[in-house]
Amino acid sequence: MNLEEKLKSGKFVITSEIGPPKGTNIAPHIEEAEYLRGKVDAFNVTDMQSSVMRLGSLATCRLLFEKGLEPVFQLTCRDRNRLALQSDLLSAAVLGIKNVLVLTGDHTVLGDHLQAKPVFDLDSVSLLKVATGLMEGKDMVGNELDGTPDFFLGAVVSPGYDPQELQLIKMEKKIESGAKFFQTQAVYDLAAFETFMKAASRFGIPVLGGIVLLKSAGMAKFMNENVAGVNVPDKYIKMMAAADKKERAKVSIGIAAELINGMKNLCQGIHIMPLGWEKYVPAVLETAGF
Amino acid sequence: MLITKVKDHRKIQEILKGYNPFVFKCFGCREVHFPEEEINEILKEGQGHLKGIARIDYLCREEFTRRYLEAFENEVRATKSILVFSCGVGVQVVSRLLEEKIVFPGCDTFYLNGFQGVTAQDFDCEQCGQCWLNLTGGICPLTACSKGLLNGPCGGTTKDGKCEVNSEMDCGWVLIYKRLQSIGRLDLLKKSAVNVRDYNLIIRAAVK
Repeated sequence: MNLEEKLKSGKFVITSEIGPPKGTNIAPHIEEAEYLRGKVDAFNVTDMQSSVMRLGSLATCRLLFEKGLEPVFQLTCRDRNRLALQSDLLSAAVLGIKNVLVLTGDHTVLGDHLQAKPVFDLDSVSLLKVATGLMEGKDMVGNELDGTPDFFLGAVVSPGYDPQELQLIKMEKKIESGAKFFQTQAVYDLAAFETFMKAASRFGIPVLGGIVLLKSAGMAKFMNENVAGVNVPDKYIKMMAAADKKERAKVSIGIAAELINGMKNLCQGIHIMPLGWEKYVPAVLETAGF
Repeated sequence: MLITKVKDHRKIQEILKGYNPFVFKCFGCREVHFPEEEINEILKEGQGHLKGIARIDYLCREEFTRRYLEAFENEVRATKSILVFSCGVGVQVVSRLLEEKIVFPGCDTFYLNGFQGVTAQDFDCEQCGQCWLNLTGGICPLTACSKGLLNGPCGGTTKDGKCEVNSEMDCGWVLIYKRLQSIGRLDLLKKSAVNVRDYNLIIRAAVK
C-alpha cells in the first residue's frame, strides 16, 4: 500500500523527513532513510528548508523512489513562479513522484541568501488549486495537457497558531483547493492539540501530528521564543534541563514517545522531523509501541 | 505617477444598488491620473441609490479626511457601506477611519514604470490593478504581508501577532482577521475565491 492507500485504510501512518545537503553529498541522507526502511511509511524531502540553498527536493525524491522508499515531494512557492511550479509538478509526475506537500515556504530573509528575490507568485492555497487543475488535465490558464499527472496532495497546518480560527479558515481553503492530508507543525502540548483536532475533525481529512525531537532545554526555549506556533510546556523543558548530557537523548526519546502515544487517538498519524537525530527515530517508535 | 482606472461599470452599479453606499471621490493629486468624468457618469446612472457624495482631494491625508468626514456624519451614519474612487491609499485611509464599514474600492490602481507616488503616507498601495480591499477589511494583504499572500497567513506569525520577517511589523493577516471579526464579517475571508495576481495587468499598463 502507498501513503494514500494507507491513510484511506485507516492505518496510523508514520512519515519522517530528510533535508538534502548543501552540496552533492547525498549518500549519507539516503542512508538515513534506509535506516528507517520498514519503520516509516513515507519520507518528506524538504525544499531548501529554512530558505538555505541546497540540493533539490525533486532529485532527492527520485533517488528515494529508485530505492523503493516512498517520497513526499515538498514544493514551496518561495523560489518559483507559476510556470516553474507547474513544470516541476509535471516533472515530478514523470519521475514517478505521486505525493506532493505544498507549502508557501519560508521567507528568503530567514535563510542564507538574503539578497534573493522572494517570489511567492502563488501561495499554498493557489498552488494546491493549480495542482488539482493539472490532475484534471488543464494548466493554470486552461490549456489542455498532453498527458495528465496524478498526485496525492498534502498541506501543512499549525495547531498552535493564534488565532486558531484564522488557521482553520486557511486549512479549509487548502482542503477546498485539493489537499487530501495534513502534516502539522511540531506538537508538544497535547491538550492544545486535542482542542485543535476537535475543531479540525469536522473536515474529515487525515492529519499527521508533528514530532520534533528535543535536543536540549535550550532548544526548547529557543523554539518557544522564535518558532511560530510552537509551545513546549515547562515540564518538558525541566525534564531536559535535569538530564545530563549522556541522558538527554533517552529523555528526549521518552518525551517523543509520550507525545506519540497521546496523539494515537487524536489524529491519523505522525510526522517525525528528526533534524539530524535520525538514529534515535527507531527507538522513539519502539518506545511508543510501534 | 499612478493611474486609477474605474472598475467594471456593472459591478459598480451592483455595489450601488446592493449596498446604498456613501461615495467618496478623490479628484486627485498631480501624481494620479483620475477619470472623474467617467465616475460622474456612473454615479449619475446610480443616483437614486447613493447616500451622498463627497468630492475631496488628497483623501490619502488621514487628518484632512477625518475632518472632512465630520461634515458628512449623518449621511455616513445612514449606511454600512462606502464606495471610494481613489488610489489604493485613499481606500485604506477611509477603511481605517470607518472601521465598522465595508469600504469598496471603485478603482483599480496601476503602476507606471519609473514613477512612484511622491507623498509619504501610512499606507502603501502596490498599484496591482486588482483592488480587493472590500474583502479584507480595508487592509491590503499585498503590502501588509511580507510575502504578499492573498489567501491567508503563512505559519510565520509570532506569538504576539507580528511577522517573523520583521518583529516590528504586525502580521497583516492577523490585522485583517481582527478587523473582519470585529465587524462580524469573517464570512468574507471564508467565501473569498482563491485569489491569484494577474501580472499581465500591470505589465500592459507599464508598456502603454
